[in-house]
Amino acid sequence: MTRYIQLFGDSALAALVTGVLGLLIVASLVGQLLSRHVTNPSGRATVDNINARIRAWWVMASIFAVAVTMGTVVSIGLFCLISFLALREFVTLAATRAGDHRALFWSFFVITPVQYFLIWIQWYGLFSILIPVYASMFLAIRTVSAGDTERFLERTATTHWGLMICVYFVSYVPALLLLHVPGSAREAPKLMFFLVLIAQMSDVLQYVWGKLLGKRRVAPAISPNKTWAGLIGGVGCSTALGAALWWATPFSPVVAAAMAFVVAMMGFAGGLIMSAIKRGHGVKDYGALIQGHGGVLDRIDSLCFAAPIFFHLTRYFYVH
Amino acid sequence: MIGQVLASACRAISGARIEWRCDPHAGLQRIYFGNHTSHLDFIVIWSALPPRLRPHVRPVAGYDYWAQGAVRRYLAGEVFRAVLIERGQAGRLDAEGAARASIDRIARDMGAADSVIVFPEGTRSATGTLGAFKSGLYHLSRARPDAQLIPVHLENLNRILPKGEALPVPMLSRVTFGAPLSSTSDEPKDRFLARARNAVLQLEASA
Repeated sequence: MTRYIQLFGDSALAALVTGVLGLLIVASLVGQLLSRHVTNPSGRATVDNINARIRAWWVMASIFAVAVTMGTVVSIGLFCLISFLALREFVTLAATRAGDHRALFWSFFVITPVQYFLIWIQWYGLFSILIPVYASMFLAIRTVSAGDTERFLERTATTHWGLMICVYFVSYVPALLLLHVPGSAREAPKLMFFLVLIAQMSDVLQYVWGKLLGKRRVAPAISPNKTWAGLIGGVGCSTALGAALWWATPFSPVVAAAMAFVVAMMGFAGGLIMSAIKRGHGVKDYGALIQGHGGVLDRIDSLCFAAPIFFHLTRYFYVH
Repeated sequence: MIGQVLASACRAISGARIEWRCDPHAGLQRIYFGNHTSHLDFIVIWSALPPRLRPHVRPVAGYDYWAQGAVRRYLAGEVFRAVLIERGQAGRLDAEGAARASIDRIARDMGAADSVIVFPEGTRSATGTLGAFKSGLYHLSRARPDAQLIPVHLENLNRILPKGEALPVPMLSRVTFGAPLSSTSDEPKDRFLARARNAVLQLEASA
């Protein structure tokens, strides 16, 4: 047992990982039970999709747990890779033209790695403005010098927004490693775990509540899967889960609940926004990399919008 | 070994989703013909094939490009075993004869076991839309009536590595292998070419 705890650096992280492991085992058992008892065709399709999702969760959770445990460099590297893959899905859907080629090359191979490099060397000042300010100007300059004015504003704005969502917002997850909360050592990995766990569990719980009770849609024009029952049940349960996990964070139970609430609500908004973009392009998923889930961007849409706020709230109230 | 590395790198860069509408392992000699928008095209098709088949699928490529420099020569000769042909130049007196000779080369180099990848437009399309097919595919299909004609559609390659760019942007792409083109022995050339072109267009529409 002590060896197990040593592996994770401290007992709270070990407990979180153990909890997720238990949850996955329960989910797999429920999945097996469902696939044995559901026989009608439409139900089967849903159950098969649920089981595919659960299998993918095992892989995603393992990768994340290993990365967090292995320390700063691996965590930063993992999220850099996630950003790269998400940006790729985003740009594939965008209606870019030949004149965007060089700007896109810079986005993938220079701006994205540099953003994560800045976390590694702990240069918070530049980290926080690199993409909103400098990449924004640079991309516009690089694109204008290609000389193609067709839909110029739309194309430049799209490339920049891709970087904001897929790289800048996502990089706030490992940026939690920059925070040094006084009075506690090695807080950052647990904060990362808390944020990712609440954001992803909120998605799962919204899905489950929606499937069980969902009737009235929140935004029928944008997403058929987001229901009021899913929203209220999912956000409510995520808030309760956040409160229950307060011991792993620097927060009190009440603050942990409030943080989880904000994460879940921002995650909901993120999912809605990314759905609206997909709808606008007439597609259902951003990709097909993750069995049952779609693309990377489909899986992290809620995390994108939750991470910056979680980071800033923590930084404002807990880092002096 | 180098071929395996190149295929993996190509699949990583092109993020290709591969769809087969025919049996990839049919064991027949084939003529894969597709739309051409990027220097990556033939290697994307080649790396989308099952690894076992790759040594027996040879791209048909322009001599003028692939004979330049040691690296290209090595890749074309040793790794891809490309069939290098002189590109037809409009206006040249012997253009017809040169084209004829190229077709004979390809048909002969296919031998008893090899398949080929050809791009019937003859050159990369700058806009990404499918151009007219040159008659080479027709003559090749006549020279090798035993080979299956497989239409291939490549999506997004013109955005990953457009004409005139040296560095790729790793967007996602898609490779669709269609059902074999049925062969009719006495079909006029223009009808055949229109039908072949249409097969690629249909893959595009249904991808």
